[in-house]
Amino acid sequence: MPVPSLVPSTAPSRPRRVLIVVPAFNEQGVVGDVVRELARTVDHDVLVVDDGSADRTSQVATAAGARVLTLPFNIGVGGAMRTGFRYAVRKGYDGVVQVDADGQHDPAFVPELIDALAGADVVIGARFAGVGGYSVGGLRRAAMRMLSFGISTLASTRLTDVTSGFRASGPRALALFAESYPPEYLGDTVESLVLAHRAGLELAQLPVAMRARQVGHPSQNLSRSIVYLSRAVLILLLASIRVGPTSPRTPG
Amino acid sequence: MTAQVSLVVAAGLLLVLVVELMRRQRLREKYAALWLLVSVAVLFFAIFPRLFTGISRLLGFGLPVNLAFALAVFVLLAVAMQLSFETGRLEDRVQRLAEEVALLRADLPVAPPPDAPEGQDRPGAVE
Repeated sequence: MPVPSLVPSTAPSRPRRVLIVVPAFNEQGVVGDVVRELARTVDHDVLVVDDGSADRTSQVATAAGARVLTLPFNIGVGGAMRTGFRYAVRKGYDGVVQVDADGQHDPAFVPELIDALAGADVVIGARFAGVGGYSVGGLRRAAMRMLSFGISTLASTRLTDVTSGFRASGPRALALFAESYPPEYLGDTVESLVLAHRAGLELAQLPVAMRARQVGHPSQNLSRSIVYLSRAVLILLLASIRVGPTSPRTPG
Repeated sequence: MTAQVSLVVAAGLLLVLVVELMRRQRLREKYAALWLLVSVAVLFFAIFPRLFTGISRLLGFGLPVNLAFALAVFVLLAVAMQLSFETGRLEDRVQRLAEEVALLRADLPVAPPPDAPEGQDRPGAVE
């Protein structure tokens, strides 16, 4: 299996060919609109990774004009993104912007995210950074803040929203993520940042406005928040002691 | 005496079971090795119980049976951990395979999602 080798570079660089990756799980109601809006707003190829949906997500996305990868069963956002990263690397893209399929992420911010890749390897579209209104309830917010604080301290950069799924990855990050994007819960957001930082990549954030979900509801009740918080703590602790690839590797 | 006999029989049966499973290739060596060791050890001590009593006294156990329980707990714990480890590895491999399947399917001439009948379709589960 040809895995292109990482171009040895010592600094972040603005990608030349960007792929928009949209992980989608049972989003037939809105994924079509998201794809069409992306096509109207930006001039990049759009890949929808259907994470084993039981509905017609794949068909709807294809009909809307996206390229579609269909996973045979649900493996989680991290796994779906890893698939997207690998697709991007194999097809010669050198940048990926992740956009959620539920319509929360405003495509208008995509060009800004890509421009910001000139100065960082991973740019996070941050929801709490002042633009637009976005709020979540008590305990979950506390968990998110704690994670942000933890990652900020680790990476010595101020990051206020590390759980955001709206993010851009440059050439160096792409090479790393295509091989080892953490597939576990929260791995796609929090742990991937730890991984990137430990591989010597630079992280940055860009304030973005979020929109309300068009379909579906965010999970917010006390027990779920507690589970979320404890998993967050565990992930942060594990990520900080975990032995992993410390530099983008190129396996044969 | 009867307790000893039933223990010998039980250990012997365990040994036969393990060997039979290996013979039919239903049990992989890496798992079988441990069970072989356990059944041989149980058989051995069932035949020579005094030896077991001696060892437990040497290790400072008041009652030999406590040594037996302690050993059983640790062996089972080790097995459970090994199985967790193996399961995690298998999950990781299955996931990577699923990713490869999605990537390869995209390169097939026929457009990726096979247009399954509406409603109960689950992509990939049909073939």
